[in-house]
Amino acid sequence: MKNIRLLLLAPLVLAGSVSSPLYAAEKLTYYCSAQEDWCQLMATGFEEATGIKVNMTRKSSGETLAQLKAESSNPKGDIWWGGTGDPHLQAAEEGLLAAYESPMRGEQNDWAIKQSESAGNQTIGIYSGALGYGYNEDVLTANNLPVPACWSDLLKPEYKGHVQMANPNSSGTAYTTLATIVQLFGEDEGFEFMKGLHKNINQYTKSGSAPIKAAARGENTIGIVFMHDAVKQAASGFPIKVVAPCEGTGYEIGGMSLIKDGRNPENAQKFYDWALTADVQTRALEVNAFQVMSNKGATSSPKAPDLASIKLIDYDFKKYGSSAERKRLLKKWDDEVSVLPQ
Amino acid sequence: MNKSTWLWLVLGLIGFCLLPWYVQEDGLWGFEWLVDGYPFDPDYAPALFLLMQGEKLWLLPLAFWLLLPIAAIGNSPKTVRYKANVLLLAGVLGLSWLAIQGYSIGLRGWNYEALATLFGPLDDRQYGMGAGALLVTAAFLFILTTGIAGRGAVNGDVFVVGAIGLIIAMVTVFIFFPIVQMLSSALRDNDGTYSLGIFLAKFLDNKIWGLNCLQGGTRCGVAWNSLFLAVLVGFSTTVLGLAFALVATRSGFKYKKLLRALTVLPIITPPFVIGLAIILLFGLSGSITQFVAELFNLQPTRWIYGLPGIYIAQMLSFTPIAFLVLIGVVEGVSPSMEEAAQTLRATKWQTFRTVSLPLMRPGLANAFLLGFIESMADFGNPLVLGGNYDVLSTEIFFAIVGAQNDQGKAAVLAIALLIFTLTAFYAQRRWLGKKSYTTKTGKGDGGMHVMLPRRVLLPCYFIAMTWGVFTVTVYGMILYGGFVETWGLNNTLTFKHYITAFGIGYNDFGIHFKGAAWDSFWTTLKIAATAAPLTAIVGLLTAWLLVRQNFAGKNAFEFGTMLSFAIPGTVIGVSYILAFNVPPIELTGTGAILVISFIFRNMPVGVRAGIASMSQIDKSLDEASLTLGANTWRTFTRIILPLMRPAILAALVFSFVRAMTAISAVIFLVSAEYNMATSYIIGRVENNDYGIAIAYSSVLIVVMLAVVGLMQLLVGRVDTRRRLSQSESKA
Repeated sequence: MKNIRLLLLAPLVLAGSVSSPLYAAEKLTYYCSAQEDWCQLMATGFEEATGIKVNMTRKSSGETLAQLKAESSNPKGDIWWGGTGDPHLQAAEEGLLAAYESPMRGEQNDWAIKQSESAGNQTIGIYSGALGYGYNEDVLTANNLPVPACWSDLLKPEYKGHVQMANPNSSGTAYTTLATIVQLFGEDEGFEFMKGLHKNINQYTKSGSAPIKAAARGENTIGIVFMHDAVKQAASGFPIKVVAPCEGTGYEIGGMSLIKDGRNPENAQKFYDWALTADVQTRALEVNAFQVMSNKGATSSPKAPDLASIKLIDYDFKKYGSSAERKRLLKKWDDEVSVLPQ
Repeated sequence: MNKSTWLWLVLGLIGFCLLPWYVQEDGLWGFEWLVDGYPFDPDYAPALFLLMQGEKLWLLPLAFWLLLPIAAIGNSPKTVRYKANVLLLAGVLGLSWLAIQGYSIGLRGWNYEALATLFGPLDDRQYGMGAGALLVTAAFLFILTTGIAGRGAVNGDVFVVGAIGLIIAMVTVFIFFPIVQMLSSALRDNDGTYSLGIFLAKFLDNKIWGLNCLQGGTRCGVAWNSLFLAVLVGFSTTVLGLAFALVATRSGFKYKKLLRALTVLPIITPPFVIGLAIILLFGLSGSITQFVAELFNLQPTRWIYGLPGIYIAQMLSFTPIAFLVLIGVVEGVSPSMEEAAQTLRATKWQTFRTVSLPLMRPGLANAFLLGFIESMADFGNPLVLGGNYDVLSTEIFFAIVGAQNDQGKAAVLAIALLIFTLTAFYAQRRWLGKKSYTTKTGKGDGGMHVMLPRRVLLPCYFIAMTWGVFTVTVYGMILYGGFVETWGLNNTLTFKHYITAFGIGYNDFGIHFKGAAWDSFWTTLKIAATAAPLTAIVGLLTAWLLVRQNFAGKNAFEFGTMLSFAIPGTVIGVSYILAFNVPPIELTGTGAILVISFIFRNMPVGVRAGIASMSQIDKSLDEASLTLGANTWRTFTRIILPLMRPAILAALVFSFVRAMTAISAVIFLVSAEYNMATSYIIGRVENNDYGIAIAYSSVLIVVMLAVVGLMQLLVGRVDTRRRLSQSESKA
C-alpha cells in the first residue's frame, strides 16, 4: 500500500524536495550570555560569514541555565555562547550539553583547554578575566577617602557605606569573589574577611556588574567586579579607576557550549569553530570587551588588564564550580555573614 | 440536531480530516505544509491520513466519538433528553481521550515508565497539537456544552453554557495547569521525591517570616517587607486616585484634560524607567540630591535605595490604575441620588459623605485591591530601586535565575505571595457585602453631578497639583535623558541614541530598518495589538457571566478567573515554560505563548472593570430586552455592550499597554524570534546604557499615547444622555 501511495505522490514529493531548500533556509538558534552588543556582533558576523540565519536570545548565564533546564526534554537552542563558566560547567554536570572537540583547539590557550577537559569536552573557555574592584575617583576625593590597593584595604572603617558587591546568591561574579577570598585566605579567615567587608557594604546588588555601574554614575564609591567590567566603564568615559588587589585574585573563564539534542547541530559546530578563530575574537575590541581571549593569536586592547602582570591564584574551577560546594559556601555566607548588623 | 451542533460536528471533522494534526514548525499561520508533501507526509498529515497509513493508531477512537452524535441521532425524532445525553457522552469521551493520549505519548514514546511496562515499549512519538487537533478539541468542547445545555442547565441556554465551558477550559489549561506544575515543585526535594516536611521547612524559613526588625535585628522577613509596602501603596494610590477622579469630574478645575493626560502617562511607561528617573533625581549623585546637599551643606546619602524609592516609584506607576478604576465609578454614581439628597436639605458635605462616597465603595475596594496586588507583583521598580529592601517578587525571580537556581524556593515564595493576595481579595469581598450599588437604572436619570464641598475640594486640588508637578518633572527628565550623551557626565545634546535604536536607511530594496530596536519594536506592537482585543473579550464575557448568570459553581468559577491576577508574573513565566515546552501543548518560542500569557495575566482587570461597570446597570434592562423576544446573545451585544463602553475601553487600553510594558513574565517567554521591547530595554539598562533605554522608552510612550487616543476614538465615549455639567455648558 505504501508503494502505491509513493507512486501516486511522486510528482508532489519531487516538487516538495525541489522547493524545500527555498523554504528551509539554514538557521541557528543562539543563546548569548555576554553583553548585548557583543552578542549582536557575533550573530551578524556569523550570518555574514556563512549565510546561516541566526536567531539570537540574550539572557544572563543564570537565566540561560534555567531555560536550558526547563527546555531539556525539547531543546530549542543550538549553541550557548558567553557568560561566566560556572553555569556552563553546571549545565555539563546536569547533562544538558553535547561534547565536541573542535579542530580549532590547537590555537587556544591552556586555560581554555583545561576548562574543556574538566567538563568532558562539553564546554570550552572563550575568554577570561580577573576579579578586582574599581572606584569612582570623583566620589572618592569628594569624601576625602584614601586610595585602596588591596583586598584588606576594603575592611578599613572609613570605607563604611562606600563599598558595593553583588549578592553571591544571585550573581556568579559575587560567588567568584566569595570563592576567591576563601581560596586566598583559607575558609575560616576568608569568612572573617567577608564579615568585616559586610560592615562596609552599602548594598548587595542582584547583578554582578551592577556595583561598578553604580560607581560609574556616582551612586556608589567602590564596586567589587571583574576588572574588564571596570575597564569598560572607564573606557566609556566614566571616572573609574581599576584596582588589581595586591594579595592576588581569582578569575573567571567565559564559556561556550553546544546544547544537547539541538535542532541544527551542524550549524552549531560551524559557529563553535568560527567563534574560536583569532580574527573573530579580535573583533571583541569593537564593542569594548576587554577580556583576554582564548585564541593565542587574538589581539587584546592596551587598556585591558594584562593577566600576566596580575597575581592570579590557582583557581580550582572543578571544586568551586560544583553544585555541592557552591550550595555549602552560599549557605554558610547566608547564615553567618548576611544576617549580621551593618 | 440544531444548527450549532451540526456546525461544530462539521468543524470537528474538518479538523480531523483536512488540517495537519500536529504543530507546524513555522507556526499556526505558516502554510509550508500545503506545498510540501501534504496530506501524506507524517509531519503535515491530518489525523485521517495518518490513520489510513497505519500510523498514530491511538488517534482512531477520536473519530468514533466525533461520529457518535451523527450515528446515534441523525435527524431522527428522539427525545430531547436522549439527544443531550448522546452529545454529553461524545464530548466527555472525546476530551478525555485527547488528554489521555496527549499526556501518555510524548516526544520520546511513553511519558511514564508504568505505561511502558504495561503496554510494552513504543517505537513512535508525537509532537504538540496543531491546527487540526485544536479544532477537534474545540468541537468536542462545544458538543459537550451543548449537551449540558440540552439537559436543562442555565435554562438550556446554549450560548451561556458554551461561554462558561470555553472560559473554564481556557482557565484550566492556561492558569491552573501551569501553576499546579510549578507548585508541585515546592513539595519536591532535589531528587524529585515529594515530601511535606521539606515544604514546611522551606515555607517557615526565617528569611520569609522573620520578625527580627521589630526586636532591633537587621531586617525582617521578605514576606513582611512585601506586605508592608503593598498596604502602604494600595492605600495611598486609592486616596490619590480618588482625589484625581473627583477633581476630574466634580470640580470647576480648568485643566482637567491636562490632569487626565498626566495621570495616563505613568501607566504607559515601562516601570523601571520611572525607577531610573528617580535615581537620576534623588540618587546619591542625583540632581535634586546634589542641589539640596549644596544648599543646606549636607552630606548626600543613599536614602532613596530601599523602601522610600520603591514606594515613590510605585505611587507614580500605580495611581493611574486606581484613577482609571475610580473615574468610571465616580462618573457612574447617579446624579439623581445626589439631587434627591440635596432636595432633602442635605449639605454638600453630607451628600458627599452619606450618598456619593458609599456609592463609590465597590470602586474604592477595587482600587485598593489593584494597588495592593500590583505592588506585591511589581518587579521592575524593586529591581532598580530596592537596595537592601527585598520583596517577594524579586526574590522569586532571583531564586530562579540566580546562581542558586532553586525552583522549589521560588514556588514556596510564590505560595506566601498567593496567601497575601488571596486574603486581600477575600477581605474586599466581605467588606463590600451584599448592599445594592445599582445606579444606572434605565429610568429617567437626568441631572448633573454635585460639585465637591470645599473641605474635600481643597485637599484634592493640593494633592493633584503636587503630583502633577512631580510627574511633569519626572517625565521631563525621561525625555531629556534620551537626548544627552551620557547622563550627568556629559550633557551634550545628541540624537545618537535615537539613531542607534531607530535608524532608517535606504538600500536597493527600499527602506531598511537598520536600528537595533526595530525588531523588538514591531514584535511588541504585533503582540500587544493581538492580545488587547482578546483580553477585553475574554474579560468582559467573564464579567457578564458572573454578574448576570446564575449557575452551579459560580464562586469557584470567579475564583479561577481572578487567580491569575494574584500570581506574580515571574512565576507565570517559569510555569509556562515548564508546562508548555513539551507536547501536547507546545508553545515555547512562539509569539502565541506571549499573547496567551498577556490574555490570562490581564484578564482579571477586564473582569473587574466589567463587574464594576455592570453591577451599576440594572437587570431590568436585560429583562426588558429578553421579554421583547431577544435572545441572550442579542441582549448582550445590543444592550449590555453599548452601556459598558467605559469598561471596554479600560480593558482594551489596559491590556494593550500592559502587553507593551510588562516585563516580569515576558523575560522568561521571549525568544530569539519574538523579542519584546521591555526585555530589550532591560538589557540596555543592565549594560549601563541609559541613553538608549530612555530613548526607546520615550518612543514607546509616544506610540502608546497615539494608540490609546485611537482606541478612545474607535470605542467612543458613553452617552448616558445626562445634561451637560455646569462647566461644560458654560464653555
